[in-house]
Amino acid sequence: MDTILELFAYDFFKKAFLAAVFASISCGIIGSYIVSKRIVFISGGITHASFGGIGLAFFLGFNPLLGAVLFAIMSALGIQFFTKVAEIREDSSIAIWWSLGMALGIIFIFLTPGYTPNLMSYLFGNILTVTVSELWWMFILNVVIIAFFSLFFRKILYIAFDEEFARAAGLRVSLFNSLTMVLIALTVVLNIRVVGIILILSLLTIPQATANLYTKDFKKLLILSSVFAFIGTISGLFISYFLDIPSGAAIIFTLVIIFGVLRLAKYFIK
Amino acid sequence: MESLIKIQNLSVGYDKLPVLKNVNFEIFEQDFIGVIGPNGGGKTTLLKAILGLLNPIEGKIDFRKDMVGRKKSIGYLPQVRHIDRKFPITVFDVVRSGSLMSGRVNKKTSNIKQKVEELLAEMGVFNIRNKAIGELSGGQMQRVFLCRALLSDPKVLILDEPDTFVDNRFEGELYEKLRILNHEIAIILVSHDIGTISSYVKTIACVNGNLHYHPSSSITQDQLDGYNCPIQIITHGEIPHTVLKHHH
Repeated sequence: MDTILELFAYDFFKKAFLAAVFASISCGIIGSYIVSKRIVFISGGITHASFGGIGLAFFLGFNPLLGAVLFAIMSALGIQFFTKVAEIREDSSIAIWWSLGMALGIIFIFLTPGYTPNLMSYLFGNILTVTVSELWWMFILNVVIIAFFSLFFRKILYIAFDEEFARAAGLRVSLFNSLTMVLIALTVVLNIRVVGIILILSLLTIPQATANLYTKDFKKLLILSSVFAFIGTISGLFISYFLDIPSGAAIIFTLVIIFGVLRLAKYFIK
Repeated sequence: MESLIKIQNLSVGYDKLPVLKNVNFEIFEQDFIGVIGPNGGGKTTLLKAILGLLNPIEGKIDFRKDMVGRKKSIGYLPQVRHIDRKFPITVFDVVRSGSLMSGRVNKKTSNIKQKVEELLAEMGVFNIRNKAIGELSGGQMQRVFLCRALLSDPKVLILDEPDTFVDNRFEGELYEKLRILNHEIAIILVSHDIGTISSYVKTIACVNGNLHYHPSSSITQDQLDGYNCPIQIITHGEIPHTVLKHHH
């Protein structure tokens, strides 16, 4: 216990701890929405497409997260355009943007002269290297998400559950869907530093699956998912520190173990 | 009497291709209209047009003055098969989402909650209000969605095939319930089972590319053929080829 407390004396650990808190809340809420509405695959597409923006940012020398945000939002819109206007099947549209983004990222990075030391941390995450400015952005995102979900909770729930009914009631469903899509893109991108592009889907789905074992109530799911995300992230962080393994992978592994144990416990205790 | 909904020269469909053409139709207070027709004939398209989910290619749909505006005055029970049963939502919240139709979603007041509870009790589903919808039987689902449709005090109730996945016992209960509701609410009921609904509905509309209104609930196979409405009447009565009202 003392060793754990001693860790908080380190500046990098305090920052990592805050990053875990922010990531858990944003991913817990947005992930619950994604899972309930069955748009996990779209979110995966957006996440991976954002790699193209990171590559572009390396190549042109601006902030990689800015590039990632650009590509994430562009691919979210692009997927909708491909599906609705160009009449390509939705899952195919997603796959096209998913791979196009990754391909562009690799091309840009290849063209960038010199070595790109941070590349691995974007792909697999490194919560221990989160910067203060990134923490501020994560904090702002959390405020926005909590405000949006508190103000429009009922509308968000009803649209996600039965879009047609909401449309019939005259709700501005497309506007809400676009706004939530932007929030998904921002959540994904700003949490890339925690677990990385390749692993971010886990924070959006595993805590939700665990929470779903205990509640079928949307509001409770939002809160409980954030709690499980936090437990998993923070335990993963300690495990990564003590075993000296990469933090992103350690966090995912912990999340899956927690889900597995509780799922089995539910099966046997029943 | 002024009609609640007046459909004039309506053509409606998807991507500018009309599924329904040249529909003229009025819905009055206390109407109980059974909408029948073959699959793909445009039954659901008609409902979507009335609900405002599809814009007319031609023609228009007018609502009586007290039906327009923020309060939609339409209760809608969709086909249950389109509902995601794994969605994490409780029965109570499903019914409460009916408040969307009256444009009072955010009214936190105990009014809405109390009304939800009253409706749940009336439909005999109060005891399952905290269950997830995935745990319900077909009959319970229908009741819950009927509660949702009724929450906004509609003047017109639209039901899309409420008899699918429902056991016979509940089917009878449902139609009895509708008969009582019909004293105050006009009802449009889409069904594939003309045999059952003909003893409850007052009039029949055959929808197959266009709409033929039949101002009675007894309809013969010959009449259906005349309406170009290729569905089979199955009767269990003594008179073949004709569906008659049950005699009470």
